[in-house]
Amino acid sequence: MGISFYAPVIEDYGVVYGIFCMFVGDHLSGVQHVIMVLSGKGGVGKSTVATQIALGLRHEGKRVGLLDVDLCGPSIPRMFNLDHQDIHQCPEGWLPVYVDKDQKLAIMSISFLLENQNDAIVWRGPKKTAMIKQFLSDVVWKDLDYLVIDTPPGTSDEHISVVENLKSYNPDGAILVTTPQAVAVGDVRREITFCKKTHVPVIGIIENMSGFVCPNCSECTNVFSKGGGEALAKEFHVPFLGHIPLDPKLTQCLDEGKNFMEHYDKSPTLHAIEKVINTLVRIDRDLP
Amino acid sequence: MADVPENAPTRKGYFDNFAFNNHCPGTQSQDAGKVSACQGCPNQNICASSKPTGPDPAVQEISQRLSNVKHKVIVLSGKGGVGKSTFTAHLAHGLASNSEKQIGVLDVDICGPSLPRILGVEGEQVHQSGSGWSPVYVDDNLSLMSVGFLLSSPSDAVIWRGPKKNGLIKQFLRDVDWGDLDYLVIDTPPGTSDEHLSIAQYLKEAQIDGAVIITTPQEVALLDVRKEINFCQKVGLPIIGVVENMSGFVCPKCKTESQIFPPTTGGGKKMSEDMKVPFLGSLPLDPLIGKCCDEGKSFLSEVPDSPATKAYISIIKKIENHCSQTLAARETDTGETTS
Repeated sequence: MGISFYAPVIEDYGVVYGIFCMFVGDHLSGVQHVIMVLSGKGGVGKSTVATQIALGLRHEGKRVGLLDVDLCGPSIPRMFNLDHQDIHQCPEGWLPVYVDKDQKLAIMSISFLLENQNDAIVWRGPKKTAMIKQFLSDVVWKDLDYLVIDTPPGTSDEHISVVENLKSYNPDGAILVTTPQAVAVGDVRREITFCKKTHVPVIGIIENMSGFVCPNCSECTNVFSKGGGEALAKEFHVPFLGHIPLDPKLTQCLDEGKNFMEHYDKSPTLHAIEKVINTLVRIDRDLP
Repeated sequence: MADVPENAPTRKGYFDNFAFNNHCPGTQSQDAGKVSACQGCPNQNICASSKPTGPDPAVQEISQRLSNVKHKVIVLSGKGGVGKSTFTAHLAHGLASNSEKQIGVLDVDICGPSLPRILGVEGEQVHQSGSGWSPVYVDDNLSLMSVGFLLSSPSDAVIWRGPKKNGLIKQFLRDVDWGDLDYLVIDTPPGTSDEHLSIAQYLKEAQIDGAVIITTPQEVALLDVRKEINFCQKVGLPIIGVVENMSGFVCPKCKTESQIFPPTTGGGKKMSEDMKVPFLGSLPLDPLIGKCCDEGKSFLSEVPDSPATKAYISIIKKIENHCSQTLAARETDTGETTS
């Protein structure tokens, strides 16, 4: 009874929404490159890598957008010290939060929509999927050179939704982040299968937290072993983008929302990140 | 009981989004999908059509199946990669060091099952018998069930949306033949979503002893862990306490301790105080722990005299104590109601 009554309403909504999308919801067509940061494993540094890539690309003079689709654990706003920013709405859609005055780096995250930072987003899949759809269709990115998408760990709702909704925009591909130990590499192996099955090109693999140099005696310890990511890249014939060593200063900068690149320009960790960014900028040139 | 209004975060500022609609009646409501607030919500169709009639019969079946399990402990964290599975495995090893006790481990991380490797039983098969799925035995008194055993190759990805994951979790809880267990330790994926809601929902009648929440010291991790504590409070899951993992690294050469993940905002201890939950202790970062996990060995028996082992044992003791206290409380409770 209830269904037959409501069915026409849903159909109407669908049509209206479709027309709406044709005129308004197509904010991604002005985006040159879409890069996803993925990992099957949590806590390997996806958000850290996404943040550093966004900052690095901006440093190269690009216009960058950073979308955080980790709905249950958004970390990006904290890493830019934007905890208490608000999202505003304009007739075209949602305006992202800009990190800088000249609006070269725009950020969108669910955290901006929460009243209280400790609020948990206790949502099942369909609600997450709809939210991601809205993030991808309603955010007014304007003209971007790069849109970097940071994802939660796994191969589930969020990932399927992002890939499905981006299909018509030909995303450049995914950067996979891993840590060196076998337990993490095992999960990232599954993520490669995910990319293959969903036809997302793998730009390359980054091995994060690879080695820690003791600040006292300069002895390098492989806290989470070493070489796992590199071996994985070889096994699946995908490019290896480099080792990023552990640096407590990086964690500290991210906790405090400071720009690591400006504060510690001699760190070997920074060199490793720069190498990755050079690869990404090269993608730009390689394209017709 | 309407589940969404309690859980729905309040909306901030002015923007249009159905998900923050504070008038959502909740998926369990009689009016789900039918009130004016539902119009325009993508879930309306699902809510209006697939109305469950009465409680899910599985909840009863699950509490029946798990009635021979004395203690159920859930390991949670909002953040990924903080060591949930590592802690789960070592909690299980620690509890199983008493050969009188029977321990079961359930891995509900469907997309990233790591426990088969950490417990050294990768590549094993699950067998089916008349009484259900038999878990894989790591030791005489330690068994494990994981989606990892159901995959044909280690590179297989489980690309599933929520409902399918929930279906498998239900099966894990209902159909695994654990036998008599003293402890069932449940390892979860990061977040506060399908898997967590399902576990809390399905085990509602089966009496969970509590959740152990794992964190690392840096603020970016604590940010997500606070959300997880918030989740526990919302769904009524008791919290046994917080464990801070990876706190402090001792250089093997010069023995200087460094903070690889600096506790810029006071770390897990301060957070526990702020959130008014017990703090169970800190575990140092020892490269050998990761190595043992990769090789599927128990760090506790491989390196029995390390400071990390001692820290582990003291935390496991606290969890055991908590569990025996809740059991005693439960027995007096039921004693009072029956007499």
